[in-house]
Amino acid sequence: MFVDILVLMLSAVLIENFIFSRFLGCCPFLGVSEKPDTALGMGCAVIFVMTLASAACNLVYNFILVPFNLEYLYTIAFILVIAALVQFIEMFLRKAVPSLYNALGIYLPLITTNCAVLGAVIINMQKYSDMAKGQSFVFSVLFGFFAAVGFTLAIVIFAGVRARVEYADPPKVFKGMPIALVTAGLIAMAFSGFSGASIG
Amino acid sequence: MKLDIKQQFLDGILYKNPVFIQLLGLCSMLAITTSVSNAIGMGVAATVVLICSNLLISLLRKFIPKQVRIAAYVVIISAFVTAVELLIKAYLPALDRSLGVFIPLIVVNCMILARAEAFASKNGPVASVIDGVAQGIGYTMALLIISAVREVLGFGTIAGIQLFGESFKPMGIAISPPGGFIILGCLIALVNKLMHTIEDKKNKKGEDK
Repeated sequence: MFVDILVLMLSAVLIENFIFSRFLGCCPFLGVSEKPDTALGMGCAVIFVMTLASAACNLVYNFILVPFNLEYLYTIAFILVIAALVQFIEMFLRKAVPSLYNALGIYLPLITTNCAVLGAVIINMQKYSDMAKGQSFVFSVLFGFFAAVGFTLAIVIFAGVRARVEYADPPKVFKGMPIALVTAGLIAMAFSGFSGASIG
Repeated sequence: MKLDIKQQFLDGILYKNPVFIQLLGLCSMLAITTSVSNAIGMGVAATVVLICSNLLISLLRKFIPKQVRIAAYVVIISAFVTAVELLIKAYLPALDRSLGVFIPLIVVNCMILARAEAFASKNGPVASVIDGVAQGIGYTMALLIISAVREVLGFGTIAGIQLFGESFKPMGIAISPPGGFIILGCLIALVNKLMHTIEDKKNKKGEDK
C-alpha cells in the first residue's frame, strides 16, 4: 500500500505531469503565469479544489451514478459537482477564512472551466472505479492532490522562467505568446527526462 | 441587425482564429494533434458541439438569468458533449480510443464557452449558428495545420499515407509533448508575421490613396 502511494505520487507529480505530459490545464498555465506570486496563488487554489473535487466526484460516481446505472451521464454530473463545489468553497472561504479568500479569490471562479480539474476526476473514474469503494476513494483523493501539486510545480517553475524571458529580446514576431510556448516546450523537455524512470 | 456572413467567416478562419489569434482551446489541441485523423475527429466533434450550443444558448439568451449564466452554459454544453461522445463511442470506437479523455473535456474547451459568452448570448440564432460554423472551421483548420506539421515530421506520414522513402528518419520530438509546445509557438509566430505583412500592405495602400 505504501509503495503504491509512493509510485502514485511520483508519477502524478513528475512523470505524468499534468501540463507537460498530459496537456491538461494549459489555459491557466499560459494565462496566469506572468508573475510567480499569481502563479503560486493559482496553484494553491487548484490544489484545494482538485483534492475536494476528486473526493466529491468519487462519491457521486460510486454512490449515485453507479447504483442508478447512469454512468454515461458522468460528464454532466462531474462538471456540475465541480461548479457547485467551487461556488461553495468561495462562499465558505469568504465567511470563514477571509485572508485565504482574498489571496485565492480571483482564481476560484476560473477553476470551474479549468480542464485539469475535470480531467483529473475523469482519469480517476477510468483508473480507479474498478477497485473496492474505500480504496478507490483514497486513491482518487491522493491522485487529485498530487496531480494538482504537479500542476503547481509546473506553473511556478514556468512563471519564474517567464519572468526572466520578459527581459530577453526575441524577434518581433515571437514576442509574447510564441516565445512563452517555446519556453514551455523546453521545460517540458526537461520534464520528459523523468519518463525514462519507469516505476510501478 | 444586419448579417455580415463574409466578415464572420473571415473572422473565424483568419482574423479571429480561435487557436492562432485568440489562443483558446489549447489543451485539447496540443494533446490530440499528433495525427491528422485525430485532428479531423476532434475538430468535427468540437464544431458540432459549438454549433448546437451556440444555437440553443442564443435561443435561450432572454430566459437565462445573468447571475447563473455560466453554469447554464456549462450544462447546455455538457449535454451536447455527452451526445457527441456516445455517438463517437458507438460509430467510431477507434477514434474514441485515440482521443480518450479529451472528448468529455470538450465541455471545458474555452473556445466553446468563450463563443457562448462573447457571441451567442448577444446575437440571434441565425447569426450564432453562422458564428459557430465559422469558428468551428477556423478551429478545425488550425488543428489540421498543426497536426500536419507534427505528423509529417514525427511519423513521415500524412493521414496515414507514407510520404518519404525507407531512408526517412522520423523526428520523434515533433509528436512528443515538448515538440507540441515548440511547434505551436513557431506556428503562432508565423501567423503573427503573416498578420504584420497584411497590415503593412493595408497601411501602404492607405498612404497611396
